[in-house]
Amino acid sequence: MKGTEAFQELLPLIKDDEPVVHANGFICRESFALKDREANFYMIGSMGLASSIGLGVALCKPEKKVIIFDGDGNVLMALGTLAMIAGEAPKNLIHVVIDNEVYESTGNQRSLSSKVQLENVAKSSGYKNTIRVEKKDEIKLAFLKLKELPGPNFLLIKVKPCFDPSTGRVTHTPEEITKRFMQAIG
Amino acid sequence: MVASEISKIGKSLNMFPLTSQSFINCLIQEGYKFFTGVPCSLLSGLIYELEGQEEARYIPAVREDAAVGLCTGAYLSGTMPVLLMQNSGLGYSLNAFTSLNLIYNIPILVIMSWRGKDGKDAPEHIIMGDIDKKLLQTARMEYSLLNKENYAEVLKKAKKKIYEEKLPYTLIVEKGLFDERH
Ligand SMILES: Cc1ncc(C[n+]2csc(CCOP(=O)(O)OP(=O)(O)O)c2C)c(N)n1
Ligand SMILES: [Mg+2]
Repeated sequence: MKGTEAFQELLPLIKDDEPVVHANGFICRESFALKDREANFYMIGSMGLASSIGLGVALCKPEKKVIIFDGDGNVLMALGTLAMIAGEAPKNLIHVVIDNEVYESTGNQRSLSSKVQLENVAKSSGYKNTIRVEKKDEIKLAFLKLKELPGPNFLLIKVKPCFDPSTGRVTHTPEEITKRFMQAIG
Repeated sequence: MVASEISKIGKSLNMFPLTSQSFINCLIQEGYKFFTGVPCSLLSGLIYELEGQEEARYIPAVREDAAVGLCTGAYLSGTMPVLLMQNSGLGYSLNAFTSLNLIYNIPILVIMSWRGKDGKDAPEHIIMGDIDKKLLQTARMEYSLLNKENYAEVLKKAKKKIYEEKLPYTLIVEKGLFDERH
């Protein structure tokens, strides 16, 4: 499965007012190119922080399902945040990791996620439900289930690194991203 | 925020003897409801006062950059955040400030302890104690040295920066300003 295909499966399952925090690099660009949403927070720098930003939103907006779109390299940079998420245990948080086992945005250098099973790290940290999927047609059921069950929940999607470099970059300025995200999630 | 509202800031700042308790209560009254950070002994009295608060919460962060992420999420959700950290945490959090908060206009009130002041501290604090203010200046992040006399004025300045310019503001805390709890 390609990363794009994973996003194609996931995006229709997200409601307009549900906050989605994106990790930097291709995660932002794929999601933006497929469907730009006001309630998308595109993090262009600060690698590793999508998870802690998402946790902050989830704690302060307990009535909303908060989704994090993360990358394996981003998760590995901030493994401690998995503990923070599990410790604070927001029921409304769904952490989705697009795991291509490489730092694709910087040229496909290998990451550790081919050897370290991130869903197991999440599970032993204390996430309530964790699912690993490798097939595209398993994504919908898994994501909807994790949206339904009290979290924090973790969905690991194994994908092949095959980003199309002609995919556009996020065109909104950082300031605009802040403004529209805050308005969209109210 | 309009000028009339700004002028209201500091209403709860009629001078009071500065203690960990009075300062935390004042911050909460001023609208800061989300606290996180990594402890420093110089800030231990403040963190002690945060535990068990009903109107505000303190979340123990694993690292200072993760604490910046948490604060960012809180702000984006309409809750004004405070980050408590040792100056050693400035090194860990600098990229978060420069590639996130400063360019996305996401304010945080930072309370940073000054270890290594005047070169009199454990060896690991000496260099950072010398360069932390320079690092803040280089990153164009405004700060004030907090003391028993200036806190009302400094909090007003911070709030202006935070609400009008939507940028972080740092309060630097020296040893002895707040009580320590061990
Ligand atoms: C602190 C820091 N180090 C390195 C980078 C360069 N960088 C940008 S994206 C990226 C890869 C992210 O990897 P992953 O989360 O797996 O996402 P992928 O690119 O594979 O989609 C790296 C290393 C950065 N932006 N910030
Ligand atoms: Mg990757």
